Amino acid sequence: MAKVLMKGNEAIAEAAIRAGCRHYFGYPITPQTEIAAYMAKRMPKIGGTFLQAESEISAINMVYGVSSAGLRVMTSSSSPGVSLKQEGISYLAGSDLPALIVNVQRGGPGLGGIQPSQSDYFQATKGGGHGDYHLIVLAPASVQEMADLTVKAFDLSDKYRMPAMLLADGTMGQMMEPVELPPESDGKAVEKPWAVTGTENRREHNIINSLYLVPEQLEVKNFERYERYKEVEKNETLFEEYMTDDADVIVVAFGIAARVSKNAITAAREKGIKAGLIRPITLWPFPSEAIAKAADRVKGFVSVELSMGQMIEDIRLAESCKKPVSLCNRTGGMIPSPEQVLKAIEDMEGGRF
Amino acid sequence: MYTQILIAGFGGQGVLFAGKVLAYKGLEEEKQISWLPSYGPEMRGGTANCSVIISDTPVGSPIVSEPDILIVMNLPSLDKYESAVKSGGSVFIDSTLIERRVERTDISAHYIPATKMARDLGIPTLANMIMTGKVIRETEVIGMDGLRDALAKTVSAKHQDLIDANLRAIEAGFNYSE
Amino acid sequence: MKTVFSKPKALTDAPLHYCPGCTHGIIHRLVAEAIDDLGIIGKTVGIAPVGCAVMAYDYFACDMVEAAHGRAPAVATGLKRAMPDRVIFTYQGDGDLASIGMAETVHAATRNENITVIFVNNAIYGMTGGQMAPTSLPGQVTQTSPYGRDVKTVGYPIKVCELLSALDAPEYIERVAVNNVKNVMNAKRAIKKAFQNQLDGKGFSLVEVVSSCPTNWGMTPQKALDWVESDMIPYYPLGVYRDKSAKEAK
Repeated sequence: MAKVLMKGNEAIAEAAIRAGCRHYFGYPITPQTEIAAYMAKRMPKIGGTFLQAESEISAINMVYGVSSAGLRVMTSSSSPGVSLKQEGISYLAGSDLPALIVNVQRGGPGLGGIQPSQSDYFQATKGGGHGDYHLIVLAPASVQEMADLTVKAFDLSDKYRMPAMLLADGTMGQMMEPVELPPESDGKAVEKPWAVTGTENRREHNIINSLYLVPEQLEVKNFERYERYKEVEKNETLFEEYMTDDADVIVVAFGIAARVSKNAITAAREKGIKAGLIRPITLWPFPSEAIAKAADRVKGFVSVELSMGQMIEDIRLAESCKKPVSLCNRTGGMIPSPEQVLKAIEDMEGGRF
Repeated sequence: MYTQILIAGFGGQGVLFAGKVLAYKGLEEEKQISWLPSYGPEMRGGTANCSVIISDTPVGSPIVSEPDILIVMNLPSLDKYESAVKSGGSVFIDSTLIERRVERTDISAHYIPATKMARDLGIPTLANMIMTGKVIRETEVIGMDGLRDALAKTVSAKHQDLIDANLRAIEAGFNYSE
Repeated sequence: MKTVFSKPKALTDAPLHYCPGCTHGIIHRLVAEAIDDLGIIGKTVGIAPVGCAVMAYDYFACDMVEAAHGRAPAVATGLKRAMPDRVIFTYQGDGDLASIGMAETVHAATRNENITVIFVNNAIYGMTGGQMAPTSLPGQVTQTSPYGRDVKTVGYPIKVCELLSALDAPEYIERVAVNNVKNVMNAKRAIKKAFQNQLDGKGFSLVEVVSSCPTNWGMTPQKALDWVESDMIPYYPLGVYRDKSAKEAK
C-alpha cells in the first residue's frame, strides 16, 4: 500500500479503526484532540461509537463497559486526564479486561504545560493506579510506529487480558511522517468466552469483577496475574538496537528522545566516539536483558529523557549498577538538543559523569 | 541530501501549510519526510513555526534547530532564528513585512516582497506560496514537476478550487528575480 | 403439591448477605421478577455498584459486571453502546448514584441512554457502617453527622427524581417505596415498566426506591418501615416525575 502523510495522532485513530476498534470514548485535552476529532468524523460512518464523555473518569468506565462485552475499545488523553483515568485502569487490570489507553504526554505535574514530555513514565510502567498490576506499555518513536504499535497494543491486550497503554508525547502526536497503514481486521481473533454478552440461557452467568473479600482468594488472583505478566516479559519485550555492536557508550532513550539521540550518535561517530542506542519499544516489559548484556562491554550508559529522570532507575536495575549511568534530560515541555546529548556521550566516554 | 527547513511567521500566514506542501512534494519524490508544527495557544495570532525535513536517509530528530533553509514571514521570527541557520545555509525573507537585512555574512539571504506581490496578484493570502516558489528556485529542495498533485493532497477536499491560485503564487515566486 | 411461591429464575441460589430487615432483598426480588416476567434473563447484563449491593453480581443470574464506585451509568453506557440489543441495568445506592457518581448519573440521563437504573435510597451509607449520605434527612443522626445533619454546614439532601426531571432528555423517572404491600406492588409495576421502556427503545428510565436500613438507623425492622412512612416519604414524595411517552400519548 502506498504511504500517506499523516499526523501521529491521526495515525493512531486510523490504525485503531483498522484493528477493529469501533468504540472510542474521550474527553478534550491538548495535545491529543486530533484522535477524538478523527474518531468523531469516522465512527458514525462505519457504525461505530464516538462519545465525548462528561469526564475522563466516565470515559474510562465506558471503556470498561465495552471491554466487558468483549469488544475492542479505546480512550485517549494527555497526562492530567490520564491521572483521572487511573481508577478505571486499575479496575480494568483487576478484572482482567483488555483495552487501549493512549497517553500523549505533556509536561507536569499538576496542570503543567502542553508541550511534549515523558514524565508519566513511572505512572505508566509501574501500574499507575492502586494495587498490584502492570500495563503493557508501548512507546512509539515515529508516525509509522504510532500506527503499528496501536495494532500491537490491541493484539497483546486481547492475548494477555490486560490493558495496554500507548505512551507517546506531543511531538509524536503532532508530527507528520509517511505511514503505511495496517490492513483491516475485525479485531476478533481472540475468543472471549468470559465476556458478558447475555447468557442466552445456555451457560452459567459470567461475572466481570475485581472484588475478592477473602484475602486468600485475592492473593491467588494476584499471583496468577503475575504468572501471566512473566509470560509477557518472556515473549513480548521489544527494543531497537542501533550501532551497539562496538559501542563504548550506549544511550537509552525512547520516543522523541530516541530520535534526538540518533542525531547525537551520528555526530559522535563522526568525532570517532563509538556510541550506540538501545531504544525500548516496550517500556513494560522493559528490555532489561539487552541492557544487562551491554553492561559487560560498555563504559557507561546515558539515559536521555524528557523528565527529571525516571527510566534511569530501570536502567540501573537492569545493569545492576555495574557501569555508570548518567542522565541527560530536559523537562517541563522542553526537548534535549542533539548537542546536549552529544556532550553527555562525550562526558561518559571521557569518564566525566 | 538531508535538508532541514524551518518556516516561521505569525499564525494565519500559512506557515504550516507551506511546510505541508514541501512535505507532500517530498513524499511524491520518494524522499524521507517529517513535518512538525509548533502547537498550542501561540498558533492563534502569535508566532507559528514548523520544522520540515526532506532527506534521502531516515529522518532522525524531527525538530529543526539548525535549519539549512529558514523562511521568515515576520520580524520576530528573523530576530529569533537568524543565528540558528547553519553556516552556508539560506534565509528567505518576506521583505514587505521585514525591513531589516540579514546581519550574518556566512549565509545567503533572499528578499522577496511576497505580501505585496500576493496583494498585486489578487491572491493576498498566498504570500506563503510565493515564498515557497522562491525557495524551490534557489535551493531545488523539491522539483516543480508534479507540484499540482502534491497541492491536491495538501489542500483540503472542500478547497480544491484553490489549487490554481496556489500554483500561480508558487510560479510567481519561482520567477521573481531580486 | 402445588407450588404457590418460588424464587424468581433471575436470582441465583446464593444466600443474600443483607442484614435482617433490610429491603434490598425485596428490591432484588422485584428486579428479578421483572426480568422473569419479560423473559429477558438470557439477554440481560446487570451492573452492581459499590455499597451494600456490591455483591449483587452473585445474586442475579444474568451476566453481571461489578463497577467502580459511582461509575455504573458510564459502564452501562459502554455495554449498551457495544450491545444495543441487550438489556442493561444498574443497581445503585444513594452514595454511589447521588454522591460520587452524580456526574455519571446526570450525563447518562441527559444522553437519554437506553438503560434501566434501579436507585435504592435508604438515606445512609450502609456498607461502611452508617455514614451520612447525600440523601440523609435534615437532622438525621449518622456516624459522620453525630449531632444530626446540619443543613447549614453540609447542605440539604439531594432529591434525585426532582433533579433529573429538570433535564429534557430522560424518558421515565418514578419514585416508589417498599415499606408496605401496596407500595411493593406499585414498585414492581414501576421497575417492570423501566425495563419495558428499554425493550421499547425509549431511553433512560430510573426508579428510585425509598428503602430502609434498620441496622444503621438503629431501629427494629418494623420501626424502620414506620420511619420510611413518617419521615422519608414526606421528604421524598412518591410518584411519577417523568413519563415522556405517556405525556406524548395524551
